[in-house]
Order: sequence, then C-alpha cells, then structure tokens
Amino acid sequence: MTPDLQLNPDGSLRHLLSLDGLPARILTQILDTAEGFLSVSEQEVKKVPLLRGKAIFNLFFEPSTRTRTTFEIAAKRLSADVVNLNISASSQSKGETLLDTVANLSAMHADMFIVRHSSAGAAHLIARHVAEHIRVMNAGDGRHAHPTQGLLDMFTIRHYKGGFHNLRIAIVGDILHSRVARSQINALTTLGCPELRVVAPKTLLPREVEAMGVHVYHRLEEGIKDVDVVMMLRLQNERMQGALLPSPQEYFKYWGLTPEKLKLAKPDAIVMHPGPMNRGVEIDSDVADGKQSVILPQVTYGIAVRMAVMSILAGN
Amino acid sequence: MKIHIKNGRLIDPRQGIDAVQDVYIAAGHIVGLGQAPADFHANRVIDATGLVVCPGLVDLSARLREPGFEYMATLESEMRAAAAGGITSLACPPDTDPPLDEPGLVEMLKFRAKSMPGPRVYPIGALTWKLRGERITEMAELHEAGCLAFSQADTPIVDTQVLMRAMEYAATFDYPVWLRPRDAHLIKDGVAHDGAVAARLGLPPIPVVSETIALATIILLMKTTGARVHVCRLSSAAAIDMVRAAKAEGLPLTCDVNVHHLHLTELDIADFNPNCHLYPPFRSQRDRDAIRAALADGTIDAICSDHAPVDDDAKELPFQESEPGATGVELLLPLTLRWARESGHGLSRAIDLISRRPAEILGIPAGRLEVGAPADLCLFNPETWWQVTRKSLRSLGKNSPFLGLEVPGQVRYTIIDGHIDFERNHTA
Repeated sequence: MTPDLQLNPDGSLRHLLSLDGLPARILTQILDTAEGFLSVSEQEVKKVPLLRGKAIFNLFFEPSTRTRTTFEIAAKRLSADVVNLNISASSQSKGETLLDTVANLSAMHADMFIVRHSSAGAAHLIARHVAEHIRVMNAGDGRHAHPTQGLLDMFTIRHYKGGFHNLRIAIVGDILHSRVARSQINALTTLGCPELRVVAPKTLLPREVEAMGVHVYHRLEEGIKDVDVVMMLRLQNERMQGALLPSPQEYFKYWGLTPEKLKLAKPDAIVMHPGPMNRGVEIDSDVADGKQSVILPQVTYGIAVRMAVMSILAGN
Repeated sequence: MKIHIKNGRLIDPRQGIDAVQDVYIAAGHIVGLGQAPADFHANRVIDATGLVVCPGLVDLSARLREPGFEYMATLESEMRAAAAGGITSLACPPDTDPPLDEPGLVEMLKFRAKSMPGPRVYPIGALTWKLRGERITEMAELHEAGCLAFSQADTPIVDTQVLMRAMEYAATFDYPVWLRPRDAHLIKDGVAHDGAVAARLGLPPIPVVSETIALATIILLMKTTGARVHVCRLSSAAAIDMVRAAKAEGLPLTCDVNVHHLHLTELDIADFNPNCHLYPPFRSQRDRDAIRAALADGTIDAICSDHAPVDDDAKELPFQESEPGATGVELLLPLTLRWARESGHGLSRAIDLISRRPAEILGIPAGRLEVGAPADLCLFNPETWWQVTRKSLRSLGKNSPFLGLEVPGQVRYTIIDGHIDFERNHTA
C-alpha cells in the first residue's frame, strides 16, 4: 500500500509505515543489515557512530514503555540523540492537533520521528506532512501496522528456519485487533511463505481476512497441525470478557497453547510471541519457557532490526 | 426582471422535452417556452447556444452549518456554492447546533436564508427533541414554521418504541419521515465498510447488516404505523433489494443515494484518505454496481449531494478520527452526469434524478419548466470538463474525494425565482 509514500523515487526506503506493499528486496535488505548489527549489541562498547548528530524523536501518543525503550536503545547504539515524548499526557490534552505537534517538533530540527498512535493511519498522515528530509517510522498505529515487530519476527524465523519458502506458519489469537498480525501477514506473503494460517474464534477475525492471503482455522488443534512456526498474539485484558469472548478460562481451554497441543505441530516447530505475554491465557508457562520458545531471542533481534531500519532510513 | 434565454437545449424530464427552445421569464415565473408572450421585452438576453437549459437542481440533503458550526462553513458561503452548482432548492437536515427542533429556529433559518442570494432553503425538522431519540418534537408547530418532513439526520433512534411512536405521530398528519437506516449498536466505532480493505487497514468496520437490520425495522414499522418514509443514503446491494421488494408490495417508500456512492468504493480509502470517510461508508464494487442498477430501474428515486463541508482541522486527522462527510453541492451535477455518461443514460434521465424526482419527494413545485411555474433554472455546458481543486470549489469545505480530478458539466447560469443568482464568465 502507498509504496510511493514509503519509497524514494530511486526505490530506496524513505519512511517505514507498513509492510503492506513493500517489495521483498527491501525486507531482505533490512534483515541482512540487521545481521550486521547483532554483533554490536554483544560488544563491550555497544555503540557505532552511524547516526551521530541525528535527532530522533520518539512520539508516543499511546503509552508504551517496552516498545519505546527498544527504539531508544536502538537509536542510542547508533549514537543518535533521542528525545522521548509521551504526548497523550501533554499537548493532545491541551487541544493541539497531531499535525501541529509534528510541525512544532520539526521546527526543533528533528531528523526522524518514531510514531506510535492509537489510530490506524496516523504515521501515514505524519509522513504526508513532514519536511522532505524527515523520516518517519511507524511504531504501531491502531490495529493497522507494527512493521518493526513484523520485521523482527521475520528475522527470527529466518534465523531458526533458514528462509520462508518451505514453511507452514500459524498466527494464533486476536487477529481482528492486532497490528502485529497484519504486519506479519504482509511480510510472510511477500517473502514467499507458501502456507499461512490464522487461528481464532470468529469474533476475533476481520471479515474477508482471506483476501490478505491466509487460510482461516477456528480450532487450534487443526490450525497448528504440522506447522513449522506458531506465532501467538497477545490478548488484551479488556477483550477477555464481554461480547467477544466469554472468559479467559474458556479462551485458554480452546486457544491457549499448551505443551500437549504444541505436539501437533512439527517436532522442531518454534513458538513466538510479541510480548508482553499473558501466561495462562494465550500461552502456557511450560511452552513460553520451553525448549521450542524463541520469545526472548525475538526481543534481542528487535534491537538489531530497529537499528537496521534507522540506519537505512538515515541513508547509510 | 425579464429574461430571454435563447438557443439553449431545453430539457424538461417532466414534460419529456429535449429540444432547442427559447425560454421567457418574467416576474419570477416562466411565461413562455418556444414562443415569446405578447409584448415581451427582455431586460436581459442570455445566449445559451451549446448549453443545456433545465430545471434548477433540488438537493435533498445539504448541510449549511448554521446555526452552530460556522467555523466549518457559513450559510452565505454554502448558499453561494449551491447556486454555483446549479441548485435552486435544497433541504437541510436538522443536525445543526442547536438542532432544528423548535419552530423559532426553523423560522430564523428560513429568514436568514431568504435574506441572501441562493437557493430556496427547506429545513427538515427534527423528529425527536435534540435528536436524542427520547421525546418527539412539536411536529405540527414545526410544520407551520415551514418543515415539510422530519428526520433524525445521522443520529439513529436507539429505542424502537420511540421510533414507532414518532412515525405514528407523523402519520397522523401525513408528514413524511426521512430516515437513515443505521443500527446504533452495529455502527458503534465503525468507520469503514466491513470488508477486505477494513481488514487490511485495521479500520473499525461498519457491517452491511447495520443498514439492513435498521431498514427492516423501518419497513415493518411503516406497515403498522402507516407512515410515509423516505429512506436516506442507501449504500448496500442487500438494502436495495429490500427497498425493491417493499416498493413491489406497494409501500409508500422512496429512497435516495449520495452521489459519491455512484462512483467510489472501499478501495478508494486506499491510503487512509480522510476525504473518503463518509457515512454510510463506501462499500464493495458489487454494492456500487447495485446502486447503479437501482438508479437505472428506478428503485432509487433520487440522487443527493449529502453536502457536508468540513474544515481542515477536523479532516486532517487519522482516518478514524476525522469528521465524516464530503463537500458536494458543486459536484452533484458533474458526478451525476459522469454516471449517466458511463452507464449510457441520457441527460434527461440524469436531470430527472436531481430535479423533478427530489422535488416530488420534498413536495415542492420545483423541478419543472412549465409556463406558470416558478423560474428556477440551471444552464450548464455538458461538454466542459473542469478540475476539482481547493480553489475551484466555492464551498468553504474543501473535503472532496475528487480533489485533483476532472469532472464533466459546468454550470454557467443559475436562475432562482427569476433572478440570475449565479453567472460564470465564458472561459472554459
């Protein structure tokens, strides 16, 4: 979608807003670049001077300590100056519009905005209105996209499985409200995963989700049968009881990933989760901490992937 | 003022006229077609060579934003824009601030509108007090103040008992009730058609059943209350089928569609364009095709602009936070003409749907070019294409999905009550 907004005329990456419509060569470039940054985090001096003198603004219109921290660490390891703004608490409550906030920060000579917002399309809106030299990275917009999470998931899969072309992958949980799921689906279909499944009760699936290139399963047992990768999604607290789901207990019983159910997947299947986990709701602790879990490596790779995107956007 | 319009192509769907004929106007009325009345000396002769001369357009829904929303647009600006769009009569929905639920407000609006140039304004009265869906309004008083019909604008009545009573009370006086089919619960938080695009963009959905369930309620209540209903802004193939069936049963039901829905689909939201955020939402291509077919077979009675000027501050926001609606009075004619061209309908059919038919639904003596009728006319060049830009739109609302695109049909003169209210210099 809107590749013109995300790509420079020469085909290089200008903004990272969504993985929808990004060509495979860009995704691969980001993953390859991230490989190089993995070692930086393992050095004693965890810093490279690639973004020295650049000003990166973390614009978080929606509270999130975890994600903001990963972006902050990534930027600092690239030697950038990072400014964190939790805008939900300041300007927005004073009635300043999103674009006014951005215009004000642009006047402070920002080079890059990392944006998280509760409404889909917020990063697109900002990208459409910023000055030519400013880069925008989407850190999650409503239910729409969370491209760096999607990319770090791809990095993890490629690391453990070597590629995407022979894989059967299941995404399990609240697809309807999940920007992570949408980014994962976009990336996996672009990178050539031949069989992608989504597993959820009907209340947690968008209508016509098949049009995104996935097969729909309602039963976990059928959905994860013989898969190489199980990608679990977080279930938000407020959705555990009400009209979407009756209770966390029933959800766990039918869609929670337990060691017994995981046996239905391939013996060497890996289990992923974007965090933070609800143990005992979508995932059993024995699975989360088990041998097949790659949940903590995902976090580590997340830093390298975000460093890669920042450095590519900055023109390195 | 006596006007002689010569050499124009006269189109009047009501009388089935489509021929080059002159029109003679005096004292606010049409006094001659083809032949000048005796002793007619025009003060003004308009050479309409190459132009279509047709009844002035009648728009069933145009928000003039007064009272209450003057920061978005003003009565003066929108009346001017409507005249530039060839509109000579318009109905304005009651969703002003305060809503049109008191005779005084209606009288004031009518008085203000009359004091400035532009179309005749017909306020639609609120069906319930403050549009809250709790207490019915003084409909008879409002009718005396000039309301020809009653509606809830965009706000559905949640309590079906109130809806039934409002329809019963209106039916007591045979006042038409104009209703948008929207189920209050099923539209909650939704901003886009519940389909592949909303799934991909992660936009909260508005399912088709929100329209069909509300429509089923309306149709069933029509049967028990005997109310005459005009259904506003259909958007789905399923709802159109229901209207077709209800009409076949002989129910006194009419309906309209927003002119934008003749052309656009969910795909046009593409990159979160807030100018494509409308209620009802643009639906699938199949739904759009059904709307076009229903215009062809007469299931849909009229096309309106559903004019909703919105200022940039309320539009330049993430899609789901942006104010819904599109500016429309200047696009009603061009977009209807574009539909007619694309689907092989003649000009007469197109004009019928935006003049005679809506005039009948509103119950006003407009949409006709007859000797003795009020002189409300629109003269336009059907062959002139013009670009929709922020500058070319006279409305203070620049919120159009068609910005940057070219549309056919340029209004050259709008005559209201025998006065030339709008005149465009011959450039093109």
